[in-house]
Amino acid sequence: MNHALIERSGRVLLILIFFIISIGGLVQIVPLFTNESTVEVVDTVRPYTPLELVGQDIFRREGCMACHSQMIRPFRDEVDRYGHYSIAAESQYDHPFYWGTKRTGPDLARVGGKYSNEWHVAHLRDPRSVAPESVMPSYAFLSDRLLDPSTIKRKFRTLAMVNVPYKGVHIAEAPADLVAQGTPNADVDGLLQRYPNARTGDFDGQPDRLTEMDAVVAYLQSLGTHVDFSTLDAAGQGPRAASQNGKRGTS
Amino acid sequence: MTVAATTSDLPVSRPAEAVAYNYAVVRRFTVATVIWALVGMGAGVILAAQLSFPMFNLEPYLTFGRLRPLHTSIIVFGFGGNALIATSLYVVQRTCRARLWGGPVLAEFTFWGFQAFLIMAGVGYLMGATQVKEFAEPEWWADLWLLVVWVAYLAIYLGTILKRKEPHIYVANWFYLAFIITVAVLHVVNNVAVPECLTCTGSYSLYAGVQDAMIQWWYGHNIVGFLLTAGFIGMMYYFLPKQAERPVWSYRMSVLHFWALIFIYIWAGPHHLHYTALPEWTQTLGMVFSIMLWMPSWGGMINGIMTVSGAWHKLRTDPILRFLLVAVAFYGMSTFEGPLLALKPVNALSHFTDWTIGHVHSGALGWVGFMAFGSLYHMVPRLVGKPLHSLKLVEWHFWLASIGLILYITAMWVSGVSQGLMWKAYDEYGFLKYTFGESVAAMHPYYVVRLAGGLFYLAGGILFAWNLAMTAWGRPSKSAAVADRSFTASEEGRA
Repeated sequence: MNHALIERSGRVLLILIFFIISIGGLVQIVPLFTNESTVEVVDTVRPYTPLELVGQDIFRREGCMACHSQMIRPFRDEVDRYGHYSIAAESQYDHPFYWGTKRTGPDLARVGGKYSNEWHVAHLRDPRSVAPESVMPSYAFLSDRLLDPSTIKRKFRTLAMVNVPYKGVHIAEAPADLVAQGTPNADVDGLLQRYPNARTGDFDGQPDRLTEMDAVVAYLQSLGTHVDFSTLDAAGQGPRAASQNGKRGTS
Repeated sequence: MTVAATTSDLPVSRPAEAVAYNYAVVRRFTVATVIWALVGMGAGVILAAQLSFPMFNLEPYLTFGRLRPLHTSIIVFGFGGNALIATSLYVVQRTCRARLWGGPVLAEFTFWGFQAFLIMAGVGYLMGATQVKEFAEPEWWADLWLLVVWVAYLAIYLGTILKRKEPHIYVANWFYLAFIITVAVLHVVNNVAVPECLTCTGSYSLYAGVQDAMIQWWYGHNIVGFLLTAGFIGMMYYFLPKQAERPVWSYRMSVLHFWALIFIYIWAGPHHLHYTALPEWTQTLGMVFSIMLWMPSWGGMINGIMTVSGAWHKLRTDPILRFLLVAVAFYGMSTFEGPLLALKPVNALSHFTDWTIGHVHSGALGWVGFMAFGSLYHMVPRLVGKPLHSLKLVEWHFWLASIGLILYITAMWVSGVSQGLMWKAYDEYGFLKYTFGESVAAMHPYYVVRLAGGLFYLAGGILFAWNLAMTAWGRPSKSAAVADRSFTASEEGRA
């Protein structure tokens, strides 16, 4: 072929470049939307509660995933250190995804339930008080910032537009659910019906106030808790979660 | 040391109807390149200090998490982007013998619009507005604005090519054009998001989980591949032959590696997602194409290095040519290391560690930085019609930057491999040998060395800014390169 044809016409060059650079992306991206096996169907994976979602938004605002991944790879050491490897269903309601690319700190995909709320608050307020080697910034200011329940409805509506299954009742009850989840002794029956297994109560050690610290800790405590891998095993959908060694060495 | 090293404009016969090029906008983009370079490098040094000594984090606005995207965005788009726009608008006019299409107003809009985007992005991160997708952190309002600016840039660039007075489109322009088009496509697809409301700063990505991950790394890898690679190869194809005063080594090689590079690069994204929940077939495709990418990458490197044949002796006396050539050498090294890291067994160790950070910086500091420094040292005297202020300072810059670069990447190699090995180590009882905290503590010395490397590189950057500022606004020093006919304003057709 005579390349002079191309390099003598700006229009031909433009069109050819556009065509050539489109191929790879189309082949790799389009099937992920059309191929049903890309994301397993796991009934227990639910969207975030209002409080957890606000926590995720703070996680996003602070750029936490610059240092903390949420993606456990299927290696013996990672499974021992962090727990069962991550599956696609676990991030299917994350807009955007939070898999991360760098572990300056440990992976957080299954941090939920590993530490107490008190530990998380102490760690976020002053990381080196509980993990002397840590190089994490302190986030004490989260304890002083009160949550504003008035913005949660529009967040839920937006997520419903990008196919997170928030229905009318989720959106209508979102401000009440936000407050109820972080308030000790609140009526949480409706909340738990809508969001099974959600942790409730005071998270930040300030029972009378609902703060950004409540939201972040609620989010962290929910991570990796939505899939019961023992039941998945019975259905033959995945290998058994690793031994109790998983709790070791995560500090 | 008065040498003829910078007097590289070949004594060409000027066309009778000399074109009055628009250099005013090129000068503005050049000034912006230098300013953003210092901001981006300075942010990098602060981040390195924070990882070495966490007391440098000042909550809530100046924490590592909020500063990191500022560093990466300002380096990629502020330093790299402005350098690419400045040089591309310079190169396209000279190689097409045509003044910029669209007139000065469109050019000025592109300049101020692009700087406004960078300020929106950077201030947004510090205030907490981020999409968190790497290199695509700016929120929806900044993204829409960038799209408008980018279309204006494409129009100017393509319009100038279409009205050229040369029959052929010079090879540098193929690469620049591929960079502009592809960045536009990547930007539009990856940033589709629904805002919380029309006056809200926040938004949620249209895509979720695994699809979002694939689209993000298709984007992320090709920002590296087209902005920091194809665009900078365009720079190489103009400024390296100019400074060496040698023709491009192989025309056929440039045709081959151009089409191969842009076709293959776009497939390599999934190597950022090895062993994740991304389907295996996608990972395998990403790995295979990453290895294939080695060949067109080295095609470009060989073509660049061989262009200096016959001018090797100039490397001893011309630090500008040395910047350009060492840049190409680092391009070769980084594009060998890249396919290596994309191999799944290597990635099993390297992923999530500092090795990735080292790899990025051998490309960013070595290839992108050195290529931009060399090109601007060549271009600025011709933009202002005066000789470069001081070649001796270029020499100092070269060695400071080289020392900084070596300290940085060796520290990150050692820390990256150590992290990978410590995380995977088991003791004789079958338990994990190290806690995560022990691996963090073990990294401290390497992080301090990295900080030192960053300071060296930043010091070189300050000399760079000083030298160019003195060239434009100061008086020539004793070591200035003088007696270059091409520096006279009339001949350059300054607008």
